[in-house]
Amino acid sequence: MTGSESILLDAESIARIVRRIAHEVVERTAGHKQLALVGIRHGGVPIASRLAAAIGETLGTKVPMGAIDMTLYRDDAGSALLIPKLGPDEITFDINGLDVVLVDDVLQSGRTVRAAIEGLLAYGRPRRIWLAVLCDRGGRELPIAADFVGRELSVPKGYVLDVVAEGGAGDGARLVPKVAT
Amino acid sequence: MSAFRHDHLLGISQLDREDVLQILEAAKAFIEVSRRPIRKVPALRGKTVVNLFFEASTRTRTSFELAGKRLSADVVNISSSGSSVSKGESLLDTCKTVAAMRPDIVVIRHSASGAAELVARQVGCSVINGGDGSHEHPTQALLDAFAIRNSLGTLSGLKVAIIGDIMHSRVARSNARLLNLFGSEVRFCAPRTLMPPKAEALGAKIYHRLDEALDGVDVIMLLRIQRERLEGPLLPSLREYSRNFGVSQRHLAIASPRAIVMHPGPMNRGVEIHPALADGERSVILDQVEAGVAVRMAVLYLLAKEPNAGTPAQAASIPPPAP
Repeated sequence: MTGSESILLDAESIARIVRRIAHEVVERTAGHKQLALVGIRHGGVPIASRLAAAIGETLGTKVPMGAIDMTLYRDDAGSALLIPKLGPDEITFDINGLDVVLVDDVLQSGRTVRAAIEGLLAYGRPRRIWLAVLCDRGGRELPIAADFVGRELSVPKGYVLDVVAEGGAGDGARLVPKVAT
Repeated sequence: MSAFRHDHLLGISQLDREDVLQILEAAKAFIEVSRRPIRKVPALRGKTVVNLFFEASTRTRTSFELAGKRLSADVVNISSSGSSVSKGESLLDTCKTVAAMRPDIVVIRHSASGAAELVARQVGCSVINGGDGSHEHPTQALLDAFAIRNSLGTLSGLKVAIIGDIMHSRVARSNARLLNLFGSEVRFCAPRTLMPPKAEALGAKIYHRLDEALDGVDVIMLLRIQRERLEGPLLPSLREYSRNFGVSQRHLAIASPRAIVMHPGPMNRGVEIHPALADGERSVILDQVEAGVAVRMAVLYLLAKEPNAGTPAQAASIPPPAP
């Protein structure tokens, strides 16, 4: 790579991946009608809403969709405190007994997912929590695995993975050189 | 947005617009936490908050206590009665004793102006001013700002009338400072005996007639008339105050059609505020209470960063407390 950014997934591939994950979710949770999607702020929320639309279309029902902010559940909440964008949760339905699919854009260490699970459990006791991610870039620091993976990507040292999946033409997964801070 | 740049919250005077907005934005997320089925998040697990109240207070102390507990901090309350304070221990000795127990944040309320700043210089942890004399009450001004923004959508370009005992009110001072930061017009309205000299210097227009003060305002903010003041020569009687400065429904006709009514509590119904107004649809008094917990959660959260290396108590010179 020459130091400029490189595109790993374009908008069309992301749309295809979202459709495929939607089908997989329907297939694997088949028979259990009580399904809900919860996007992890902020990257997971648009993906969750696209999945909810696609799954709803397949099932012919409206699938409840929510958003969760895990900042306050981070294991370094008391020390790092970067407070990038602290957003409110939006879970307006009762999650007790539901199959909840947590959705995020990128899975790496697993710490975000751990925090999101803890946050989700404050709302009740789902029958099962699934995890769907658009990209899995490896590098786990906790024993966490996704049930639905869009694409496995490797990110070379010195690069960050930038994912936009809001359903527009600007969507994509790009490698961007890390800016020294 | 980066981390909060202050170690203490001693007054609105130390903040700029960005700081205020950062606190209010964080409070938005925290007000939602207070509406969840389980109103507790683990963000401040393992942190200790000491509420050190040298003055009577129920709502501020309870609000800070709930704020700390909803963030999973360990909260300890020390009040002046029933503690070593009533045994004659000095403010600084009490604070040093508390500091030696290694809290992360101390919330202090004291009747002397400048007490919070004095304590902040002496203890090695973050200090939040929960009200000091007639100086500042920053979290009250922040929660008022939150309630105003929530109702009117902005803090800029508003006309805000603050009515009551301006002379002794830290709430009026902190609110005037905050609203001035956002370019809103602040009007103080009080009998001459309850208006401090040179009140214009606090960034407000001065009124002694209620009808003039309320003309076209977006916010009617009432202050409690403290009954203890009546024992002095400042007010002839509650009835006279109520007749001239008590606000009732009919005053809404003078104010802006979208005007909201606020009161920091506790209210003297029938003195500074007519009961029908306090319970009316323009009243946001209970919203203020809800905002109070959220804003205090935001302040605790933003201050609870790792302690700065190399700023422990430097007790070399103790300046005299402010009068």
